[in-house]
Amino acid sequence: MSTLLEVSGVSVTFDGFRAINNLSFSIGDAELRAVIGPNGAGKTTFMDIVTGKTKPDEGRVIWGEKSISLLKLSEAKIAQAGVGRKFQKPTVFEDQTVEENLTMALKKPRGWMAVLTYKPTASDRAKVVDLAKQIGLTDALERKSGELSHGQKQWLEIGMLLAQEPRLLLVDEPAAGMTPEEREHTTDILLEAAKTRAVVVVEHDMEFVRRLNCRVTVLHEGAVLAEGSLDHVTSNQDVIDVYLGR
Amino acid sequence: MQRSFIAKNPSILIFLALLALFTLGVTVLSEGFGIGVISTSFVKTLGKTLCLCLIAVAMDLIWGFTGILSLGHFAFFGLGGYMIGMWLMYERTRMIVVDSLSQSEIPATQSEIVDAIGNQIFGVVGSSEFPLIWIFADSLFLQLLMVVLVPGLLALVFGWLAFRSRVTGVYLSILTQAMTLALALYLFQNDSGLRGNNGLSGLQNLPGVTASQDAVSMWFLWASAFALGAGYLLAAWVVSGKFGSVIKGIRDNEARVRFLGYSVEAYKLTVFTLTACIAAIAGALYYPQAGIINPAEIAPIASIYLAVWVAIGGRGRLYGAVIGAALVSLLSSWFTGGQAPDIPLGVYTIKWVDWWLVLLGLSFVLVTLFAPKGMGGLIDLWTDRRSPDRHGADLGPDAGALREQEAEQ
Repeated sequence: MSTLLEVSGVSVTFDGFRAINNLSFSIGDAELRAVIGPNGAGKTTFMDIVTGKTKPDEGRVIWGEKSISLLKLSEAKIAQAGVGRKFQKPTVFEDQTVEENLTMALKKPRGWMAVLTYKPTASDRAKVVDLAKQIGLTDALERKSGELSHGQKQWLEIGMLLAQEPRLLLVDEPAAGMTPEEREHTTDILLEAAKTRAVVVVEHDMEFVRRLNCRVTVLHEGAVLAEGSLDHVTSNQDVIDVYLGR
Repeated sequence: MQRSFIAKNPSILIFLALLALFTLGVTVLSEGFGIGVISTSFVKTLGKTLCLCLIAVAMDLIWGFTGILSLGHFAFFGLGGYMIGMWLMYERTRMIVVDSLSQSEIPATQSEIVDAIGNQIFGVVGSSEFPLIWIFADSLFLQLLMVVLVPGLLALVFGWLAFRSRVTGVYLSILTQAMTLALALYLFQNDSGLRGNNGLSGLQNLPGVTASQDAVSMWFLWASAFALGAGYLLAAWVVSGKFGSVIKGIRDNEARVRFLGYSVEAYKLTVFTLTACIAAIAGALYYPQAGIINPAEIAPIASIYLAVWVAIGGRGRLYGAVIGAALVSLLSSWFTGGQAPDIPLGVYTIKWVDWWLVLLGLSFVLVTLFAPKGMGGLIDLWTDRRSPDRHGADLGPDAGALREQEAEQ
């Protein structure tokens, strides 16, 4: 398995506070990875760096076979390269229908001229319908997404991510605020997605992480504390001290 | 699932039909081509109002749909007026000069003619030389091209600098105010090359046209109505498809659009430049009807009025912008034209010429507070459009995001 994303020696300081401290992390082509850690461990900042929202003070972020540095690219260019991100709070375009949301996310040319003259093809529409089915929103295609329930918005956002066909999916607390059944459905979607691409899930909920049954990275104070299977890291004394013991 | 563009937006057909009906009505009632119920000066007022409606459509596109509160679009409107004014003034002066020189015994040379035109145009600012910016003034075609190119280029450069630095919200609004103020102050100077505070005048006289103003005013009304119809159609098409989805996304949640892989800056720049060009065309049709343009036209307050019209009409729906601009500018000319009757209160008489601005300001505040849908809300009573119940939450985190009452269920 080749490496898709390699973060090495990255540090970020905000007003003297070291949010990320010499962090190194790598993930393969089709891999599911859970990232856990207490509040302030740098999980969200880590995602900000990979997606280009935050520029690190030092370190490298290398992407793909051609080993491109993501640090030189804008957020939009990084997204076009194949990094998709789901935010902690569901963020969909509330004034627009589920269908418009999904159509906007479909992997298609992103330039303004191409978008201005864009006409959905039959296969585009089929894709949208297919995605809606996958996320359980078939009946809601024509509804404004602002009317959806919290859980449905979470799924719509996951659906938009899948529509982007990213090679790396960064998912921030996907199960927050979901019922047990909804969580199960979310687990299925993530496991399915991880068969063909890399998925990084940031999560607080240990039960959810256990269900994902994947390699776990524990962050603490902006650096990797431990890495391995869930059982391996939960038996690590450092991890117990800073995280689980509390 | 797939319906045609018009079928998805029935309001377009209604709007175009009403516009055609209005134009036909004015034609029938005009002095130039009809029974003469409407005076020529009022035809000009109506024609100018159509131009203001067109720039309001542009404003709605940039503010109501993209969420950028530009307070500088009258700079582009004024520049469009200046560009067409340069040709009108040059050509008319040239004809007068050629006519008067033809009386002399020795035929005038080309340079003598140009010098005489320069003397006529720039004598008022103590100069006779043609500045470089008048280089194309002798060609109608090139000057018409400049109507779109000059404001478009200004918008492109200004927008590129502002958007790539990620200036947003109130800071961008202030920046656009600064732009239009700087332009106005520059044009006020006598050596700016556009006759300083005298501006360009006599624009209502089309060179080489012997028809009376009764007819000319109708030509411009037709042209303005056509431009408004075309501009409305263009704007409706732009906001209807995926491009519309993207710019509405930028309005409500810019960061999310970025993470979808769309270059937010490129989209903002596109809309900013496009709306600047629409504003310029509106201005190029407006000032020949007004007859005169001077730098006071592009003072910062003009662009603020524009935002007020769109707010009163209802942001985020194109017909709202048109209704707001038409209503407020017509009311404004009624109140400030001295036609509104004074109200004697015994100790004090309310003169509307003085009090109109207070009334406008008050209604703006009241609309913002109590009827955020604006005049468009009245249409909702008829079309049964309802706002969603979101318990007061906006439709996105950004400053320009649609508010609960402005949205459609």
